[in-house]
Amino acid sequence: MHPFLLASANDAATAIAAHAADPDLAYIAGGTDLIGLMKDRAALPKRLLDINTLPDMARIEALPDGGLRIGALARMSDVAAHPDVRRRFPVIAEALLFAASGQLRNMASMGGNIMQRTRCAYFRDEDDLPCNKRRPGSGCSALHGLNRNHAIFGWSEACVATNPSDVAVALAALDATVAVRGLAGERTIPFTGFYRLPGETPERDNVLGRGDLIVSIEVPAGAEGRASHYLKIRDRQSYEFAVVSAAAAVAVDGRRIRSARLALGGVAHKPWRLTAAEVALRSASLGDIEALKSALATSFTDARPLAHNAFKVELAQRVALRALQAAGARA
Amino acid sequence: MNPAATVTRGTGENTVVGDDARVPIGLTVNGRVRTMTVEPRTTLLDALRDELGLTGTKKACDRGECGACTVHVDGRRLLSCMTLAAMQDGKQITTIEGLERDGNLHAIQAAFIEHDGFQCGFCTPGQIMSAVAMIEEAKADWPSAATTDVERPFTIAELSAAEIRERMSGNLCRCACYPNIVDAVAEAAARS
Repeated sequence: MHPFLLASANDAATAIAAHAADPDLAYIAGGTDLIGLMKDRAALPKRLLDINTLPDMARIEALPDGGLRIGALARMSDVAAHPDVRRRFPVIAEALLFAASGQLRNMASMGGNIMQRTRCAYFRDEDDLPCNKRRPGSGCSALHGLNRNHAIFGWSEACVATNPSDVAVALAALDATVAVRGLAGERTIPFTGFYRLPGETPERDNVLGRGDLIVSIEVPAGAEGRASHYLKIRDRQSYEFAVVSAAAAVAVDGRRIRSARLALGGVAHKPWRLTAAEVALRSASLGDIEALKSALATSFTDARPLAHNAFKVELAQRVALRALQAAGARA
Repeated sequence: MNPAATVTRGTGENTVVGDDARVPIGLTVNGRVRTMTVEPRTTLLDALRDELGLTGTKKACDRGECGACTVHVDGRRLLSCMTLAAMQDGKQITTIEGLERDGNLHAIQAAFIEHDGFQCGFCTPGQIMSAVAMIEEAKADWPSAATTDVERPFTIAELSAAEIRERMSGNLCRCACYPNIVDAVAEAAARS
């Protein structure tokens, strides 16, 4: 790794001021993504600010109304093992448990998880191949390169990368929010608006700016939380990023869907909510497979596969269907 | 603004750490307090091997992908290649060298020998450190991706071969000794 300076933060205001003033400073928590990026020279911060020392940011709170507040420094393994997370929102526990390895889940923070950068092999390549996300203006090697693992929705000529987080898919489906503290105080960002599409500026993954510090993630109470499921399809059965994944949560009257929430992973620059399908699924019976398939198809009319990932259009619909059925089985 | 002038390292006085400065740190490694100075970029793995001469912890992928560098920090298994030594200042570290007691192997070490859980042996320290902590996680009711129903409490009696394989998937064995590793871990878990 390149040489850098390391300090640790004792209070959030000081950390935020330092981050706002210094474009070469990066926060570090678990480090499981950042240190890998630094070893691959895909991130070269001159100063690291260790935020693990910030107080009161690792709590996992079951809120009285049935919701959940997860501190940004809570570790993936602690969130996945928490009894209230497992009972209220099994999709969150499952998404976490299907990610990374036992060791990494013990290290990785929730804030860092939702900030992790794409696994696009060109972005992380040690030889520094053209990549607009890594070096703006250098081009996209994946657009006409090996793009089997890349996006089928929302990509631009500048970038076809996907977001690698599993739990972000579950949080997007559950309409979670991100509490962020910045120079101007604290604000709440809906999860569905947290990530950006690449457009002409793929170097920006999300809407955060200098000085912003993720404080917590809040999951609202909802009838759909308990009947939820995360399904992940990958090239290995364990310890691998998703080819395609789906988070589903449903509320039902008998076998009839009152409300469904669905998001896909591995298909876009952000967790991809199936908004049209969610509307089309209302009143459908969980037992009517053809009706479910037709409803899901309404969210795929704008799919734009690349040279090597046309299979994802069909696969994603099957994964969404199975996730929906498994969530329904919990209702 | 220089952030090092505005933030402190640990609870002590302000410490300005320059690019080439070495940071004084103290780690309790296998029960012994060890002080050293390291560059900020020194990983915990390199500090253990190069500063303390504890070469039982192996460096293989150096990217958090293989698990060979697994150690315990405050009782939890983690990857020493993916954390900075200076970030673990003040922590309790256990490495493979610290598992035996009074010349007696840890039950998992003995089970690996009994079940022939290794060939070349390079991944073995990481496998064993991972297994020791993994069994504690299972006892603490942690579910895994192999757990049928995450909503229910998990009990150690449910630690099947499929559960072991999933929970140990962060440790790769190039010799593919996996069946014997699973047997060794299963027996040690059943006895514990």
